[in-house]
Amino acid sequence: MGDTFPRGVAALAAGLARGEFSSVELTRHYLARIAALDGRLNSYITVCAEQALTEAAAADAARAAGRAGPLTGVPYANKDIFCTRGVRTSCASKMLDSFIAPYDATVCERLRAAGMVMLGKTNMDEFAMGSSNETSFYGPVANPWDLDRVPGGSSGGSAAAVAADLAPIATGTDTGGSIRQPAAFCGISGLKPTYGRVSRYGMIAFASSLDQGGPMGLSAEDLALMLNAMAGFDPRDSTSVERPDEDFTRALDLPLAGLKVGLPREYFDAGLDAGIRTAVEQAAKVLEAQGATLREVSLPHLDLAIPAYYVIAPAECSSNLSRFDGVRFGHRCENPKDLFDLYCRSRGEGFGAEVKRRILIGTYALSSGYYDAYYRKAQQVRRLLRDEFNAAFAEVDMLLGPTTPTVAWRAGAHASDPVTMYLGDIYTTAANLAGLPALSMPGGLVDGLPVGVQLTARHFDEARLLGLAHRYQQETDWHTRQPALA
Amino acid sequence: MQWETVIGLEIHAQLATRSKIFSGASTAYGAEPNTQACAVDLGLPGVLPVVNREAITMAVRFGLAIDAQIAPLSVFARKNYFYPDLPKGYQISQYEDPIVARGRIDIDTEQGAKTINITRAHLEEDAGKSLHEDFHGATGIDLNRAGTPLLEIVSEPEMRSAQEAASYMREIHRLVRYLGICDGNMQEGSFRCDANVSVRPVGQAEFGTRAEIKNLNSFRFIERAIEYEVERQIDLIESGGKVVQETRLYDPDKDETRSLRSKEDAHDYRYFPDPDLLPVAVTQADIDAVRASLPELPRQKIARFVTELGLGREEATTLANDAEVAAYFERAVAVHPASARQVANWVMGELFAALNRDNLAISASPIKAEDLGRLVERVTDGTLSGKLGKQVFQSMWTSGRDADAIIEAEGLRQVSDTTLIEVAVREVLAANADQVEQFRAGKDKVLGFLVGQVMKKTGGKANPALVNELIRTEIAR
Repeated sequence: MGDTFPRGVAALAAGLARGEFSSVELTRHYLARIAALDGRLNSYITVCAEQALTEAAAADAARAAGRAGPLTGVPYANKDIFCTRGVRTSCASKMLDSFIAPYDATVCERLRAAGMVMLGKTNMDEFAMGSSNETSFYGPVANPWDLDRVPGGSSGGSAAAVAADLAPIATGTDTGGSIRQPAAFCGISGLKPTYGRVSRYGMIAFASSLDQGGPMGLSAEDLALMLNAMAGFDPRDSTSVERPDEDFTRALDLPLAGLKVGLPREYFDAGLDAGIRTAVEQAAKVLEAQGATLREVSLPHLDLAIPAYYVIAPAECSSNLSRFDGVRFGHRCENPKDLFDLYCRSRGEGFGAEVKRRILIGTYALSSGYYDAYYRKAQQVRRLLRDEFNAAFAEVDMLLGPTTPTVAWRAGAHASDPVTMYLGDIYTTAANLAGLPALSMPGGLVDGLPVGVQLTARHFDEARLLGLAHRYQQETDWHTRQPALA
Repeated sequence: MQWETVIGLEIHAQLATRSKIFSGASTAYGAEPNTQACAVDLGLPGVLPVVNREAITMAVRFGLAIDAQIAPLSVFARKNYFYPDLPKGYQISQYEDPIVARGRIDIDTEQGAKTINITRAHLEEDAGKSLHEDFHGATGIDLNRAGTPLLEIVSEPEMRSAQEAASYMREIHRLVRYLGICDGNMQEGSFRCDANVSVRPVGQAEFGTRAEIKNLNSFRFIERAIEYEVERQIDLIESGGKVVQETRLYDPDKDETRSLRSKEDAHDYRYFPDPDLLPVAVTQADIDAVRASLPELPRQKIARFVTELGLGREEATTLANDAEVAAYFERAVAVHPASARQVANWVMGELFAALNRDNLAISASPIKAEDLGRLVERVTDGTLSGKLGKQVFQSMWTSGRDADAIIEAEGLRQVSDTTLIEVAVREVLAANADQVEQFRAGKDKVLGFLVGQVMKKTGGKANPALVNELIRTEIAR
């Protein structure tokens, strides 16, 4: 077994195809790295060593039999929100500490069918509620760039694992920035596809109208390869969009000449860190040098995205999490004295503080007498934002801006002030509310910490979105930087 | 004080789809507990609902039959509450935008036909069942029923008596069975009803405070429950009390209603549109296709039986009440259109009696409709006497053969050959000289005895009318 493997899915797939190494060797390599390094990161909740090696052997056999696809034998890490038959799916909650789903999520089925090897299930904020990966029942995840800092969330385990090379690529889910923000904090690339592009079947719901699964990897090219396997119409998900399958790598090498890139004025407000502003401006220049034209645009009501998001997401979560009642699966309290006691203590013990906070907010927002003032109003804001994005996309093809207003903060910094943390989602939530595809890619370092640059595209325009990011990554090397830990 | 009763009904009709409204699990009744509940019905983490298009079609069918508006877009919403037999912690129902709105149906009352307006009909999923017996201090949950499609049909408060309410319930029951969208089985809970009941002084425009009586699953119970409740409310008001808005349960054993929960205890269901489901689109083309497949409706059929077939209204109603009975009758009449009334009599007489005796549904009748029509024809054309006809009917019932085959094989053809009968008549008159004398002396009753003797001699095959005539002629000679 060789000690050095190339980094990234594209290179690994090429190496596997050329027979330079086997999937079993590659999988052993990653399992060894996880064993050696993850004690410091806590990026995995469950490592599936035995199963991964079995899958790798099967992948090698498929290759030997001439049945290999483009991703056959490539390992990946799976966010612990996707149900996996036979392997615990905890959603990082005590509530599901012992839950083993009897079925695979559609995404897992598709990645299995593509021959990919699941290394394990990654850590996350409990039920994907959080921006720092500090709400996990299995403990916080450390940022590989600075172990005292948060990796972002909720897909913090996936981001940290990829950044530290404990997996070449990972799945994530994004409800208000949960792929893009940790990707930004950990210096990797992450794509939230168009709502309806990736099946939600078997992905434990946080806020159904906003949740979207997507890939988290080292480059736009890797994201495109992974999205090819993840995306596609699923009749089991009514919100899945029926469209012909497409190759998301098809626009990677298209020139940028003629492409109009908009810089929304509201993305560059007073709350934006000066170093991040500079990084985004640098990125704009790189794209311009490639032939793209830049134009300032406006999303006048972007400031309403956070309040609307923090009504809609908790409202939906308050209902989605009702099924965790201690009756059929998940945590059940000891010796309930009656039904009410069973509900109260099972849920009281099973859910963490942030989950409870959001259930309470959402329950309040949907209550009779408050519905019109909160939920209905938030849905109106949502339509308004979508209209403003559509207006912007009448002028330009892509939007460019920061992913986050700051770089990764120190663990515990917002422990007593959740609202400050919520406000950090200012640049990411709007894409979820409007259902648009958006991507974060590394665009610099501030104080030695990664900066994320965000690109947003029209609905279903992922191929060109990935193409733009790929062109940028051809001209820069931020995405190849590695934290010292690795 | 004169009181007026005001009643509105919410009927839950279980739609006769093969699979559930949001999953592929079977809806068949009576399976072992929890064997017809898949991951979606169990509300496992990550699962999603997908609407069963057949349920939509059935709701549209109902909407068109009550002349209602079909929403081009209707919305599924979540009704949130905790209960052990509600797996997701919410029921998927329709709230602000139901699929069917503003329909009407005519019902029969003592004062004649009356139109009842139907506010709305919406789709929803049923919950599971909590089983409180046989678990020794615990409660069992059976989720087979969870996710079964229901159509909730909400009337305006336009019924003014328990009888009208029962008549409305019967009319809807007959209609959903006609439409083939509900089996109407009340024992199995496929068709059940909640009644909102209030009273007010005659002449007062405002409604009184209402009580809701839950889960009435028979026509008899709904009448009795409402009658009890009306009396309770009037007694309460007349003795200086006040009706409180509450949910009550009818206890058929004690024939009374009792309080289940008050308005203060009512849930805040926190309805909101279900983000897992897109709005349900029904196009004009969908509506046209459903309309083209609508059967003749019960009241149209009754009217046609009366005007075109010459049946009495009561007979027509009896035959048209059940779509299968009506279809059987119409198939029988088609064989022998000239004698619809006779066919009706045979269906309601011999056939119903035999079905009842052997406890069979009409669909399981050993005598096919066409065969019954042929039998009636053989009676009306004189091939068989009425008595022989009944004998042939029984033989058809047990053997499954048709009338002509039995008549042929058993030689039952009625004898109308005068010379053959004359021989028998002469023999009988010769042997019964006393009776002949009595008849001549004016005792007409004796004639019956003499006819009977002739019939006996001919093995019952002689045409009785002919026998009668020949005896008179012979004696008069």
